[in-house]
Amino acid sequence: MNRRDALTRVSLILGGTIIGAEAFLTGCKPSAPALSTIEFTENNVTFLDEVGETILPTTDSSPGAKAAGIGAFMKVIVTDCYKASDQEVFLAGIGQLNEWAKTAAGNDFLLLTPEERTSLLTTLDKEAKAHEESKSEEAKSHYFTMMKQLTLWGYFSSEVGATKALRYVEVPGKYDGCMPYEKGQKAWAI
Amino acid sequence: MAENEFDAIVVGSGISGGWAAKELCEKGLKVLMLERGKNIEHVKDYVNAMKGPWEFPHRGTRTQEMIENYPVLKRDYPLNEMNLDWWASDKDCPYTEIKRFDWFRGYQVGGRSLLWGKQSYRLADLDFEANAKEGIAVDWPIRYKDIKPWYDYVEKFAGISGNKDGIPHLPDGEFLPPMDLNCVEKDVADRIKKHYGGDRHLIIGRAAHITAPIEGRGVCQFRNKCWLGCPFGAYFSTQSSTLPAALKTGNLTLRPFSIVTQVLYDKDTKRATGVEVLDAETNQTYEYKSKIVFLNASTINSTWIMKNSATDVWPEGLGSSSGELGHNLMDHHLGVRVSGWVEGYEDKYYYGRRPNGFYIPRFRNLSGEKRSYLRGFGYQGSASREGWRQNIAEYSIGAEYKEALTEPGRWTFGMGGFGEILPYHENKVTLDKTKTDKWGLNVVAIDCELKENELNMRKDMLTDGLEILEASGVKDVSGYDGDGTPGRGIHEMGTARMGRDPKTSVLNKWNQVWDAPNVFVTDGSFMTSAACQNPSLTYMAFTARAADYAVNELKKMNL
Repeated sequence: MNRRDALTRVSLILGGTIIGAEAFLTGCKPSAPALSTIEFTENNVTFLDEVGETILPTTDSSPGAKAAGIGAFMKVIVTDCYKASDQEVFLAGIGQLNEWAKTAAGNDFLLLTPEERTSLLTTLDKEAKAHEESKSEEAKSHYFTMMKQLTLWGYFSSEVGATKALRYVEVPGKYDGCMPYEKGQKAWAI
Repeated sequence: MAENEFDAIVVGSGISGGWAAKELCEKGLKVLMLERGKNIEHVKDYVNAMKGPWEFPHRGTRTQEMIENYPVLKRDYPLNEMNLDWWASDKDCPYTEIKRFDWFRGYQVGGRSLLWGKQSYRLADLDFEANAKEGIAVDWPIRYKDIKPWYDYVEKFAGISGNKDGIPHLPDGEFLPPMDLNCVEKDVADRIKKHYGGDRHLIIGRAAHITAPIEGRGVCQFRNKCWLGCPFGAYFSTQSSTLPAALKTGNLTLRPFSIVTQVLYDKDTKRATGVEVLDAETNQTYEYKSKIVFLNASTINSTWIMKNSATDVWPEGLGSSSGELGHNLMDHHLGVRVSGWVEGYEDKYYYGRRPNGFYIPRFRNLSGEKRSYLRGFGYQGSASREGWRQNIAEYSIGAEYKEALTEPGRWTFGMGGFGEILPYHENKVTLDKTKTDKWGLNVVAIDCELKENELNMRKDMLTDGLEILEASGVKDVSGYDGDGTPGRGIHEMGTARMGRDPKTSVLNKWNQVWDAPNVFVTDGSFMTSAACQNPSLTYMAFTARAADYAVNELKKMNL
């Protein structure tokens, strides 16, 4: 890899602002506070699988985020890579999302139909976007921003996402800088 | 020959150390190459090279534990999950920052030759004459004509792909076929040429990836996973190139886990007699004897060794009689970036992951132009199509959103500046006798900063970058002056500079220590000025030249 690309590539992979790693690529900030011990339950992982699947569902062309093990991926990243304060927002967010499902749609998130889930998370996405735009720099991100970001990153870098939803060639063997492209062809995974 | 006696000792196994070992071995010397870190065997030890992104538990990114353990490395891209073992441990190997200096080190056989950016450019007389013309520091003791044959020589062996662009201050070399610019980069190159009347150029990067066969190595497969080690041996590294050549002679002994603590010096003969080694695993001390010593431990570490050597003769160490040892530390200043997006080309894409980009060579302070600063800068960058990270305005979640994300998005275009830093006597490394590393050795203290010349240059770097992109039709152009902290260029240079006068320089024109003629220093520390080009190719050329000279002098019994 051209090491000068690495910075760009890493930040691309992580979707711009990287939640939970403010020290990432800055260095002049104080080091991260000690990690809290956080516990994800099996139920949390199942719940997050369904949230991820609602964001990136199975379609005719490729499996969805659940097939990429998105709940387990979120667990790993939040546990190992997030700062304690972001972990708290994320974990509390699981409960808040479910509470909101009950209030807005009258049932636990997992008991809603796919259509109800989509409608609920579409509204939540608007709320999260508005939150990110209006919040002060120090304020925490919205939990749904975290979930969505992790879903995209986790899915498109998974084997399913990279090879089924996108195109991945392990050994390209050559470079063609001006290849014809037709609408509908998939993007390269990396 | 006794077990601990050799004709030559090479300290360090990175780009310049590998070259020193190869050249000396091929000329018939029995060579001991010492490396402070572990061994990395070509191909066999590239354990992550064939993995897909999903095979890394954190998909390559850093964990909080890593951030905790690597207080320096975390400051930039090197801290990552994929090749963490190839970066030195900040905890085992601390150093003192009198001013912040981001020092990213690779302590293993191959050193940073496994990790480097492969950009390979010659310096020109514009660079070699600059100090003399401007009255800065001291004059380089050589000119382009002296080093040109050695650039030719090392390029042919290392394998540099590039285009003969005919730019006077960026001399063409012995190139393998160039990689392609993509269609957007080609059109931008044409627009730049037209807009600036041929005074500015966008060219394909000249890079140490082979695009035609070289014995024992495979050509570039366009995987762009170089920094995991290349199983095809397509990029130049010690492992892929110089080490096999050195081993083939039967003259090389390689000793990993060998921290050289000092060059042994005999004041009667006024010659080095060998080196002292601390075994990094056992903490045992050994002495190895040799007729000549090549220091290639990387700029700051070679200086550290010299400062620890012959202190009974010179309190500030071997090579310190001029008072310049450890001074004039340079890097390239990075961190200014400009970018935007390019309209159209929706029917164009690319195939393969090119481990290279474009280069815009220096265009300031040429032909008599006088800016508010001396010297200049270049840019490196690329054009590419956005992937899943693109902004989809129409959808927020769900099936249509997913489908939209799976197609390539707009073309984007971005580049970053690489600026020259002048050699300032007060930018220096010293020994910190109050702090020790894992092995109880005193560490270096680094005191280095950008000054007015560099800060003024950065203003041009940003405004010129924005102007070039706008003149090329790039949309929504934006830029920023990011982090230019010294060290981040990972091009440390200058702490044992060459010169014409032993009173003002550490090395003569053959990279020979004025104070100890059988000691040669050919890593970045010899650089009298930094130029703005990536420097590794220059280290290779000077190393091969110095090795040739050293062997001739040995034969003449002059050392």
